[in-house]
This record gives sequence, C-alpha cells and structure tokens, in this order.
Amino acid sequence: MSSITPADVQVGTAGDGPGEPRRPGRVSLGGLSLNLRASGIYIAFALIVLLFSVLTDGALLQPQNISNIIVQNSYVLILAIGMILIIIAGHIDLSVGSVVAVTGALAAVLMVNMGVAWPLALAITVVAGGLIGAWQGFWVAYFGIPAFIVTLAGMLLFRALTLTVLGNQGIGPFPDAVRTLANGFTDGYLGNVGLGPLGGADLFSLLVGLIAVAGMVAAQWRTRKARAGYGQEVDPIALFAVKMAAGAALILFLVVQLARFKNLPWVLVLLAILVLAYSLMANRTVFGRRVYAIGGNLQAAVMSGVKVKQVVFWIFVNMGVLSAVAGIIFAGRLNQAGPTAGNSFELDAIAAAFIGGAAVQGGVGKVVGAITGGLIMAVINNGMSLIGSPSERVMLVKGAVLLAAVAFDVWTKRRAGAGR
Amino acid sequence: MDDHILRMSGITKTFPGVKALQDVTLSVRRGEIHAICGENGAGKSTLMKVLSGVYPHGTYEGEIRFDGEVCRFGGIRDSERAGIVIIHQELALSPQLSIAENIFLGNERATRGFIDWNRTNYEAGELMRRVGLRENPVTSISDIGVGKQQLVEIAKALSKEVKLLILDEPTAALNDEDSAHLLDLLRGLRDEGITCVIISHKLNEVTAIADSVTIIRDGRTIETLDLAGDDVTEDRIISGMVGRALDNRFPPHEPTIGDEVLRVEDWTVHSPSQPGRKVVDGASLTLRRGEIVGLAGLMGAGRTELAMSVFGRAYGVGISGRIFKDGRPIEIRTVQDAIRHGIAYATEDRKRYGLNLIEDIKRNISAAGLAGLSRRGWVDEHEEYRVAREFHKSMNIKAPGVSSVVGKLSGGNQQKVVLSKWILTEPDVLILDEPTRGIDVGAKYEIYTIINSLADQGKAVLVISSELPELLGLCDRVYTLAEGRITGEVPRREATQERLMYLMTKGQE
Repeated sequence: MSSITPADVQVGTAGDGPGEPRRPGRVSLGGLSLNLRASGIYIAFALIVLLFSVLTDGALLQPQNISNIIVQNSYVLILAIGMILIIIAGHIDLSVGSVVAVTGALAAVLMVNMGVAWPLALAITVVAGGLIGAWQGFWVAYFGIPAFIVTLAGMLLFRALTLTVLGNQGIGPFPDAVRTLANGFTDGYLGNVGLGPLGGADLFSLLVGLIAVAGMVAAQWRTRKARAGYGQEVDPIALFAVKMAAGAALILFLVVQLARFKNLPWVLVLLAILVLAYSLMANRTVFGRRVYAIGGNLQAAVMSGVKVKQVVFWIFVNMGVLSAVAGIIFAGRLNQAGPTAGNSFELDAIAAAFIGGAAVQGGVGKVVGAITGGLIMAVINNGMSLIGSPSERVMLVKGAVLLAAVAFDVWTKRRAGAGR
Repeated sequence: MDDHILRMSGITKTFPGVKALQDVTLSVRRGEIHAICGENGAGKSTLMKVLSGVYPHGTYEGEIRFDGEVCRFGGIRDSERAGIVIIHQELALSPQLSIAENIFLGNERATRGFIDWNRTNYEAGELMRRVGLRENPVTSISDIGVGKQQLVEIAKALSKEVKLLILDEPTAALNDEDSAHLLDLLRGLRDEGITCVIISHKLNEVTAIADSVTIIRDGRTIETLDLAGDDVTEDRIISGMVGRALDNRFPPHEPTIGDEVLRVEDWTVHSPSQPGRKVVDGASLTLRRGEIVGLAGLMGAGRTELAMSVFGRAYGVGISGRIFKDGRPIEIRTVQDAIRHGIAYATEDRKRYGLNLIEDIKRNISAAGLAGLSRRGWVDEHEEYRVAREFHKSMNIKAPGVSSVVGKLSGGNQQKVVLSKWILTEPDVLILDEPTRGIDVGAKYEIYTIINSLADQGKAVLVISSELPELLGLCDRVYTLAEGRITGEVPRREATQERLMYLMTKGQE
C-alpha cells in the first residue's frame, strides 16, 4: 500500500485542530478511566459472582461447583459464539436448539446404531451441521427471507427430523471417547502437587494455567508495544498492569480450583480454543470486519463492495457447525440423544448475546461479551439453585436481567447520542 | 375582504449552522394558481413545511396570515383544520389499503368508533368523481398507477375541505398524459374556488397553468411575477432563479487534462419500482484523466440513478449500454467489479449509503479498501491505523482521533471520511454525488481543494451537484441531464447558469 497518497491531498489547516478527547460514558476511578458501556458487562458479572458467593457462603466458588457450571453450560456458550456473529450481522437464529437435537441424534445413530467409528461419526455430524446452516443461509442470504422466519421454520423442521430419526426415544450409550470429551477431564499426566492449605492439585492443569497466563500477558504486551510503535493511543501502564493482573488472577483462580477438583474439563479446553479463535476472527480478519459492517449499515456495506450475501451465508453455515459441536457435547454428556434435547437453547444463546452487549439493530457485540453474558445466566441459575430458589424465581430473575441489560445498552446509547 | 388568502411575511428559518430561509414573503391571491420556482435547495420545501406546520410555530420567525387571521400552527393537524393541505412529492399513501380507506385515513367516516363502510365508500366515490378518478373505491392503492395515486391524494385533500392546496412537484413522476390530466384538474379546482400553490421544476407547466409565480433563491424571495397579464417567458423565470454572481468561493485550479479514462455509451436504466419507466435514457458521457466533469440536472432528472447504475448496477433494472475503461470495453456487474476497475462512488446520502455511523473513523475509512490493508484475510490493524491517521491529518478531519465514532462528526467531516474511504481504494474515476450537500461554507472550500488535488493526481472526477455555481466554479466541462437524457455538454468557458438551466429544463418535445 505504498502508493496511497493521502498526503498529497494536503488541505489548508483552516479552523481549529483536533480538540480535547471527549468520552461520553466514561467514569474516572482513582485515576483510571473506564468505558462504562464496554466494561459494564464485566463489572456486572463480577458483582453477580460476588453476590452469590456471599449468599451461598462460598459454595458457588467451590472447586466442584465451578467445574459443574462450566460443564453444564458449555453447549450454550458454544452456541452463543455463533449467535453473537449472527446478531452482529443483524440477523437471528431461532433454530439452534433443534439443530442441537438433530445433530446429536445423527451422531447417536451413526455411532450406536450403525457402529461408525467415533472420529468419523463426529466429522460427519459436524459437516451435517454445516449443511443445515447452508440450507438456512441460502434462504436468508440468497432468497431474502427474514432470518426470523427461516429459522422459525428450521426450528420446527429439525425438531421433526429429530423425532423421525430417533423414533421418539433416546439412543445411547455413547463411546467412552465422546463421553470424555463432553463430560470428562484431562488426566493427571504429571501427578499431583501439594498447595499447602489448599491440599493437592493436578500439576498438569496448573502448568496449563501458567502457560495461559504467560501467553495472555505476552500477546497483550506485544500488541501494546506495536500500537505504541505506530503512535496509537494505549492504556496507561498502570491500567495495563491492573488489567493483566486481574486477568491472570482470574485464570489462576479458575485453574487452581479446577486442579483441586478433577483437573481441567475437556469442554473448557475446547471452549477456550473457540473463544480465542472466534475473537481473533471477529476483530482481526476481513471476514469479521465485514460482519460488523453489514450489521452497522447494510446499505453502506453494499456500496463499499462487501459481498453481503456471501458473508451472511457463511455465518449461518458457521452457526450450523457450532450447533453440531454443541449437539455432540450435549448428547455425550447425557450419554444419550433424546427427542427433547436442546429445547429452548436458542433462547439462552440469544439472551447470552444480548446480555453480553450485542445491539438489537446489529453492528455491535463481542465474542467475549456473549460468553460473559452466558456465564452471568449460568451463575444466576447455579447460585439460585444452590440457595434453593424455585425454578420459577430463577426464570423471573433471568428475564429481569435480560431486560435490564438491554435497557442499559439503549440508555447509554441514547445518552451518548450516537447520531442515529 | 382581503383578496389575498395567504400572506407570509418576514419568514426566517434557521437550522444549526445554516439559514434556510431569510425574510421570505409570499402572498397568494384567493382562487389563483400560484407557482413557486427556485433551484434545488433554494428553500421552497422548507417554506412549505413552515406553512403547513411541519415546523411548528416558534421554530421560525415571521408571521403567517391565512384567510385574514394570524396563524400559529403547532403541527400539521392545525394547518389542515384551517384548510391548508400539502401533498408531498413522495406520496403518503398506505399501499395495502383501499382508495376509500386512504382518502379517509385519519379522518374516518365512523359512528361511535365503528367505521361506516357504506358512507366511506359512497363519499369516496363522490370525491373520486370530482378529481376524475374512475376506479372502484375498494381497489387497493398498490393496484393503481402513480398518476391515479396522485389523484387519490387530491381527493383526500378535498375530503378535508381544503381552501389552499399545496402540491410539491406533482408531475415529477408522471407521464405526459397523467400530467396533462392533473393540470386540467387543478384548473377545475381553481374554478371551484380552491387556491393552489404548486412547486415545480417544469417551467413549461408553470407558464401554462400558473397565474403568478414567486421566485426563491438562496432562502430569499427574489420576486413575484404576474403571469396573467404581461408576457413572462421561461427565460425570464430562469434568470430570476439563477441570477447571482460568482465570487471566489472556489480555489483556483489549472487543469492538466490527459487521455480518456472512462466512457459510458447509450446507457439506459429502468426504474425498479415502476416497470417500464426509463430513468436514464440512452445517456453517453466521457471522462478524461485530470478532468473535473460536472453533471447537472434537476431533481428527478436521473443523475444519481445514472451514477449508481454505472457503479456496479447498485441501482435500477433492465440496464443496457457499454462502458469503456482506458478505451477497452469492461463489464461491471457488481460493486466489487466497479471498485476493481478503479471506479469509486461517494454517495449523496452519507448517512444511508456512505457510512457505518456506529463505527469509528478508521474502520469507516478502511471499509472499501480493506483488501489492500490485509494479507490472507487478516487485517493489518497497525497499517490500518497508520493510513487512517494520515487521512485524519491530510484531510483535516476535525475529530479527537481516528477512534472517534463517525456518527458524532459534522457533515463536512463525515464527507471527508467518505472521500478518504474512496481515495484509499486508489480509483482512477471518482463519482462524487452532491459532495457538499449539508456542509458549511468553510468545509465546502476544503472539499473543493481535495477535488482539485485528486484531478491533479490524474484521476477523473465526475461531480454531481444541484448547485449550478458549484459546477461552474469547479468543473472543466458540464453535462446536463433532463428526464434521463443528456441534453447538453458545455465546456467551462461557454457555461453560464442560464445556459445550463435552459438545458436542464429542456423536456422531451
């Protein structure tokens, strides 16, 4: 890009220069300033965790409970990753619960009834998920039917297909490998190590945790240095240190607790890889940028040469693939593919995305935000059941949290007056 | 009794940064057809919005006297109650409802909250007879043509016991036959005692139908001419519309014109919403390196449609014609093709087609040229930032940094972002559609400077503008467009506002 010549277009510097930065929605916190709208979700998550830790006398953060929260909610979190992309692009997918069911059923039929080797069966299932996504993406992107309608139809179609395949009964049990992936833990490859008053913990898990922390700090540091090198604004070093310390503390706490229980759940490893990969995809790739551009202003994206139909098609294919992954994990965890699998998962995934800061009009949202949104609901679920709240009250609270999160988003946007 | 039904005096309306109307007077005699003429943006529509209460009392200065009384309309309902009805260029009908339902929309014939369908359809039939609309009242609006829809609007106005009917460009979308019928109808209404105000660009219609004409220019009343007595010609009206001196609002520029870079031949585009209607009709034009070419035309002449259809068929159906780039025929089927062939189009509607308002400056600048900032699908964010910073500086975009959200910038700075975005794609041809619309004078000068320097880099620039002085001050050559046809090609030294306006109003014979 050496021949771009904006410098040749030198314009007389009439008028005032760039003014002082104005940042609506920022609060000053002991010298560190925070963007409320961007970080509100993480603060809310921290407060909710704190609240339930107190209410449950610390039971929420016990090793086994943390492990449970992750394993029990992994499939919704995986779905939320796909859903946030769809919502950023300004669409919606109501069919994911049914796709979870039909892909789980397919995997069961392949492995249990037909005796296909599990790696091949899983590969076929994931491809089938992609084809389902392609089917829906075709109608949405190329035929121009609103995603709400296409996926509402998909919700019925794929549920019907599930019932047909399963003949209205569960199929199981699954091979051990699949069950381990869904429900199991890493082996204690390196044995245990004593952690003083905390008791024994799995050394391998701890090492993975330390490597993760080191990787995070190194990557963030490199980005920071590169940005500074290009003269970009970076956080002050104190804020950077605080952020890194907080991140490190979070990872280490999680890993230590898990290592004290049963090592790392395999789904956590999978989830971490997916979150990392999709975050990079959303922020750093041309494809990711296109998704934001389409959701932000469809017409402007078209007029900027974005192949809108293609992008929309592929995000639905992607949703299908992730639904198949979630379907395998869900069935593996129950050790059975059932006709009611995945019921109302779509609602959880959509709620996770919106609680996590996605905008109803599209164009806004983050993968990490959707995961945090999903975790907020998971903690509320788990915490309230620990203190013995009836399920109707849990539902009530989750509904209120969803409404409050979106209301907060609308309110901050209106206050910032983003010229819409 | 005052023989003037309407007297507006001293009307001044200010928008942030712009004085849209300044001390405007308008007097309309009872029972006449009064035309208002002026260039695009002269303030005609603003004046009518003041009159009809769209801009309520208190948001403007001045006095409105209607039927002898001082009016303080708080909204459109107030003005309608007084007997003033405005029919906008964009018809405000509900397509899925019937003719009768539309006529009485908001004014339903009902008893105790229940619609009286017999009365609705009967009275609709009466009104339709008055306007010469021979259709069944229960036919839905989407099943009748634009000409008949216009009549439904008038019937709707009559149902409100209108005393003053305002029509904004009523024949712009009509064919000759429908236009003639509409004009006859207006004469009939005048004979019934209804006063009409008609805003029109079609000067032959104005001279044919109006009793007097008020000319507005740059938000001021220039003059009111009586068409009944003295022999006012179209030329006389044109000179009133454009009569203004050029001053040095334009940076000096010596063009260095090179070879032909883009040629469009026999370009025809059909309307996607009205099948069969040609929006662009056999247009041909040529652009050369280093040349700034203007495209002049009145509202509805097909300027934007021509530009957008060339830019990867972003508008229109049934497109035919040939495009040559550097003398070789090329095929442009999509916007991606157009960008690849070095064509850029900066839209007239920045907020709708040009920018992602919720994103920041750097991501808007990179939106069209992202391929050049990425390797194997990965965006080089540092390079993106560096490029954005350069544009930030060279274009003098007034914002704290390139991470500022575009929606909060002023119109001029938003336009600079749009231009940056297209310059980044390294185009050979830039089509700039109304590049200074909604921009204050100082920023306009900056935009002109940018356009000049783009031409100096050997790019061809096509400027579409409604402001004739802008085209005269900026362009080396100007094409005029009227009703989808190129009606003239005028080199700089021969171009005058009168000549361009004459060519722009030259309709089909």
